[in-house]
Amino acid sequence: MNEELNKKNAKLVRNLLFVVIGMFGFGFALVPLYDVLCDITGLNGKVASAAAKEERYQVDQSREVTVEFLTSLNESIPMVFRAETNKIKIHPGEYVTVNFYAENKTDHIMVAQAIPSISPGLAAEYFKKTECFCFTQQTFQPREGKTMPVRFAINPELPEQYKTITLAYTFFDNTETSLKK
Amino acid sequence: MSAVVAEHDDHHDDHDHGPQKGLLRWIITTNHKDIGTLYLLFALAMFFIGGIMALVIRAELFEPGLQFVEPQFFNSMTTMHALVMVFGAVMPAFVGLANWMIPMMIGAPDMALPRMNNMSFWLLVAGVLLLASTLFMEGGAPAAGWTLYPPLVLQTGKALPFAIFSVHLLGISSIMGAINIIATIFNMRAPGMTLMKMPLFVWTWLITAFLLIAVMPVFAGAVTMLLTDRFFETSFFDAAGGGDPVLYQHIFWFFGHPEVYIMILPTFGVASTIIPVFARKPLFGYSSMVYATASIAFLSFIVWAHHMFTVGMPIAGELYFMYATMLIAIPTGVKVFNWTATMWKGSMTFETPMLFAIAFVVLFTMGGFTGLMMSIAPSDFQYHDTYFIVAHFHYVLVPSSVFILMAAGYFWLPKWTGHMYNEKIGQLHFWMSVISVNILFFPQHFLGLAGMPRRIPDYAIQFADWNMVSSIGGFIFGVSQLLFLYIVIDTIRGGTGEKVSDEVWEDAHKHGLEWTLPSPAPYHTFTTPPDVIPTEHQ
Repeated sequence: MNEELNKKNAKLVRNLLFVVIGMFGFGFALVPLYDVLCDITGLNGKVASAAAKEERYQVDQSREVTVEFLTSLNESIPMVFRAETNKIKIHPGEYVTVNFYAENKTDHIMVAQAIPSISPGLAAEYFKKTECFCFTQQTFQPREGKTMPVRFAINPELPEQYKTITLAYTFFDNTETSLKK
Repeated sequence: MSAVVAEHDDHHDDHDHGPQKGLLRWIITTNHKDIGTLYLLFALAMFFIGGIMALVIRAELFEPGLQFVEPQFFNSMTTMHALVMVFGAVMPAFVGLANWMIPMMIGAPDMALPRMNNMSFWLLVAGVLLLASTLFMEGGAPAAGWTLYPPLVLQTGKALPFAIFSVHLLGISSIMGAINIIATIFNMRAPGMTLMKMPLFVWTWLITAFLLIAVMPVFAGAVTMLLTDRFFETSFFDAAGGGDPVLYQHIFWFFGHPEVYIMILPTFGVASTIIPVFARKPLFGYSSMVYATASIAFLSFIVWAHHMFTVGMPIAGELYFMYATMLIAIPTGVKVFNWTATMWKGSMTFETPMLFAIAFVVLFTMGGFTGLMMSIAPSDFQYHDTYFIVAHFHYVLVPSSVFILMAAGYFWLPKWTGHMYNEKIGQLHFWMSVISVNILFFPQHFLGLAGMPRRIPDYAIQFADWNMVSSIGGFIFGVSQLLFLYIVIDTIRGGTGEKVSDEVWEDAHKHGLEWTLPSPAPYHTFTTPPDVIPTEHQ
């Protein structure tokens, strides 16, 4: 009777431990799942981190979309960072280049990564960047200032409801991690 | 060491030995009653420590401006108060009740895995001590709120790894406790104690235990990612490396929402045990109670993002999480109506446990309704991160979980100690608590609706009056709890001196097996399974 109970307990505990380990794994599985879900649905304003092919679009002269540019610095890192134009009006399908300016205000080399975000999030997939300083890390010499272009177009298939799209960049200081490597 | 659980039948002859003498008894004990006592006393101690932290918060907020503490320390206090109360007080208190009562309710001699039981208690102590040690570290204790959101939490000083390891320990401890409870309920029930005859407290704990083993590992995973982000250059939540801080919120609340039900489901179980005894009627709608509990547990897994409506979700997500959340009101409503129907036309008496249980039904319903308000995504933008949220979750924790824990204390103390508590002081404790808890938390609804954010040490002048009222209520509530401490000690030492009968409360033996045992319950009970006396429910 007790032998039997011990066996039953041991088996149950083993099965429950599998659940525990499985759920620990599930927590980590949520990381790729989250990315995949954001990719598929285009939620979250995640922007492609690689350049899009320069495709010829039929320019839609009938409407205009306002594109706004925002810049910010993570943890107030010692940089100057601004867009040379705050907003422009463009026709969907036409390619434009906008310059951003960033400057290292310190006396040492700085490696920084710009992370883009687009809102509204669901418009992100129509925003095609063929050139962007955010595709790679940027290295700044001490006190160096750089003018960096972003070239993009808006896919004319953009639904009518989007009249304004905001492109925001945040510069993160990656000096420590990238110099270690 | 209980003979029935140990390997050999031939120990049967000497199974009547009592507890070991001396202090060592409490360290090496594997007896479910000893471990239950340890859990309950530990939880009570943590309730006072967490309460002192709450009073630091309320003292600082008594007036606008900075009076007593630095903002950083204030933020540590809100964080530590929450962690201590959740992981140190409420959860262990329910585990303590489970240890004491589940074997006695299902006619088992002990928990299924007594040694693991001992280990899970001492891991809890280690975890809480580790957490408390962060208060004395360079950079202070964690101050990013109990949700530990990155990137803010990654700016914690030396304390971060200690806080994370303490979460690991607390997680392992409660997972072990949960496995033990499941094994006990599945394998140790007395013959004839079928699942649908089990007292509701046992049912709610069974479901809670499954919630625990499902979500504690996810939380452990989330804090492990925080650890590697900070020390091993991963970028789970670091945007610079391609991660996303919002991901943490999703993982955290996948744990966090079931976690809040881990604290409320056993509460429902105790309420469903106490109310029928004092209404002198069987519990109304037993099986619907079981199904409602299971539905609430299931729903808790699919509503997590209602904690993050303002994070920038698309409209479809907001709508889904809004409707799914509203669904929870249905099984919860079933419960509230069942408790009310149990009292309907009952021959009610109002001893202290019943008073606390009735206050629970009323005040929990209020807390539930503010929850329903917040589930409405568009209105939640106004409530989000304000004192309205603080008021809501305190209503479903303090006058709900904590009140029911008090009720459980009054209800079972005579069974545990063999002494009757002082009813007059008990009633005084109840009235002081129920009045002051409302002075404490009700004005916080007004503050939140008027726009006062949570987790701030200073506030705009227009919030001054209600904050003062709230703080006054807080101090009265805090002091009132000393009455409970007095009653517990007094009852252990003899109480009123009145001899309590085996069933303690009139006709209680109809409601549960534990009332068929002598008072105080002997060190070993049900070493031979009882002939099941069906508990009185349809």
